[in-house]
Amino acid sequence: MTEIRWHSRAGQGAVTGAKGLADVIAGTGKEVQAFAFYGSAKRGAAMTAYNRIDDKPIRNHEKYMRPDFVFVIDPGLTYIADICLNEKDDTKYIITTHLSKEELLKSKPELEGKSVHVLDCIKISQETIGKPIPNAPMLGAYIKVSGVLEIDYFLDSFKKVLGKKLPQKIIDANMVAIKRAYDEVN
Amino acid sequence: MAEKMELHEVEVWDGNMAASHALRQAQVDVVAAYPITPSTPIVQNYSQFLADGQVDGEFVMVESEHAAMSGCVGAAAAGGRVATATSSQGFALMSEVLYQAAGMRLPIVLCVVNRALASPLNVNGDHSDMYMGRDAGWINLCSYNPQEAYDLTLMSFKIGEDLDVRLPVMMHQDGFICSHTAQSVRALDDDSAYKFVGDYIPKNPMLDFEKPVTYGSQTEEDWHFEHKARQHNDHMNSFPVIERVFKEFKELTGREYNLVEKYHMDDAEIALVALGTTVESAILTAEELRKEGIKAGVVSLRVLRPFPFIQIAEALKGVKAVATLDRSLPGGALGMLYNEITASLYHSEHRPLVTNYIYGLGGRDMTIGHLKEVFKETKANADAGKLTVPIQQFIGLRGPKLTFY
Repeated sequence: MTEIRWHSRAGQGAVTGAKGLADVIAGTGKEVQAFAFYGSAKRGAAMTAYNRIDDKPIRNHEKYMRPDFVFVIDPGLTYIADICLNEKDDTKYIITTHLSKEELLKSKPELEGKSVHVLDCIKISQETIGKPIPNAPMLGAYIKVSGVLEIDYFLDSFKKVLGKKLPQKIIDANMVAIKRAYDEVN
Repeated sequence: MAEKMELHEVEVWDGNMAASHALRQAQVDVVAAYPITPSTPIVQNYSQFLADGQVDGEFVMVESEHAAMSGCVGAAAAGGRVATATSSQGFALMSEVLYQAAGMRLPIVLCVVNRALASPLNVNGDHSDMYMGRDAGWINLCSYNPQEAYDLTLMSFKIGEDLDVRLPVMMHQDGFICSHTAQSVRALDDDSAYKFVGDYIPKNPMLDFEKPVTYGSQTEEDWHFEHKARQHNDHMNSFPVIERVFKEFKELTGREYNLVEKYHMDDAEIALVALGTTVESAILTAEELRKEGIKAGVVSLRVLRPFPFIQIAEALKGVKAVATLDRSLPGGALGMLYNEITASLYHSEHRPLVTNYIYGLGGRDMTIGHLKEVFKETKANADAGKLTVPIQQFIGLRGPKLTFY
């Protein structure tokens, strides 16, 4: 079982990202689950979304999770949300930031000694998609850090998932964003 | 003629999307709806399918849930296949018409996405609406996940529309925990799904002008009782139809459903009884406890109404202690599952110890950790041969421990 927690602001696409990831992973024969904490979600409010991935049907419906991966797709949430909540010894963090990894660790000492990967999903999405929607770049970073799938397979599958909803131009921009995130995460 | 949709072998759908596709595949004639969180996407998706030409039907936008169910009653009496969806306050506003639909013997399918009832206002999942409507005379089916929400919605049409049943059916799924949780769903192709549900067979349709009929007539002391008793009789006798539909569905898909579901019960010493998503979390917990040598099992009511009075006692035969978990708090009483299951067990030769836990109100998380605690207290009861805890307790409640009896 792989468990992922997303930290996002409502409107940044964490739910869509979590569901898109589930869609792609389901195509590989694995069982998936994607959900979120909503509450009375207002645009911009801090929120969390979740993925579970397993080889057998997923029957766990608790919201409580000890994540294998933590995705932070809004740079400010690193400092105001409890991103280390219920972490494991080997939890991997993928954090969007304009800072270098060293600068990030200095500003957030709690992450010192942990498996931390950084990239600037906001900048990537602004420069490729034209909007600060950091969900797709985060998926590119996840594919690189986890090694769970080949990037070409992921891009091909994700293209089909987006094809259900979006025009071709936006899909192409998303593909560039994901590939850039894959290359830039470290 | 509606366009068919090509579905993948595995779709990633949340419970709402799963229910919408069941409505589409059943080719529902009329959906009269008023949206409410968390059930909104069910009717929203249906209206999208309709706009895209993927279903032949009518979508009636109304001014309230009372009007939504009234529209459904009218359309069903006219002779169409009818469905809608609601939750919580919307369900409460429908309640008057729920009784009317059942009394008029109209096989409407209502997708209930379970949510807390105000006050205080809360949009999250619990079973308050399900409990509120359980005496309305509808057949009540309960699901644990999006796959089951799809399967049971399809089966709801076939059960309610059966000429020996002819009663409306509620299909329950947990708000957000199922309705907004995307999981792998294996759906039937459109043709197989429709073939399974079958063409709608009208019975006494108002649009048959050769044979005028009256719906919703007034009967006072002279006939009211006979009508209600006949309705109850057909409700109680719907078990064989429900079981036949479950069997036909298994033959088609391999997926098995039973009036009462049992998990790890063959040698169980203790058991939890719950409804909805909690059932699956409890199964996982039982499997973990079995590694520690605790013979734990889980039982659930797939069919809440008609209440499987005999089958639930049979399922719990042989266990020493049972914990009944209610995700609703009937004001001023023990939980519904406690009361109804204890009544059933009273008539069995073997009477296990029974406790009641109220949990998850307003969407409060039910964790594997909580479930372990309940199993362990139940084990302590079984080992002691008597109750070691009060009868009614509360799980995940902050503040001082609250207990009754």
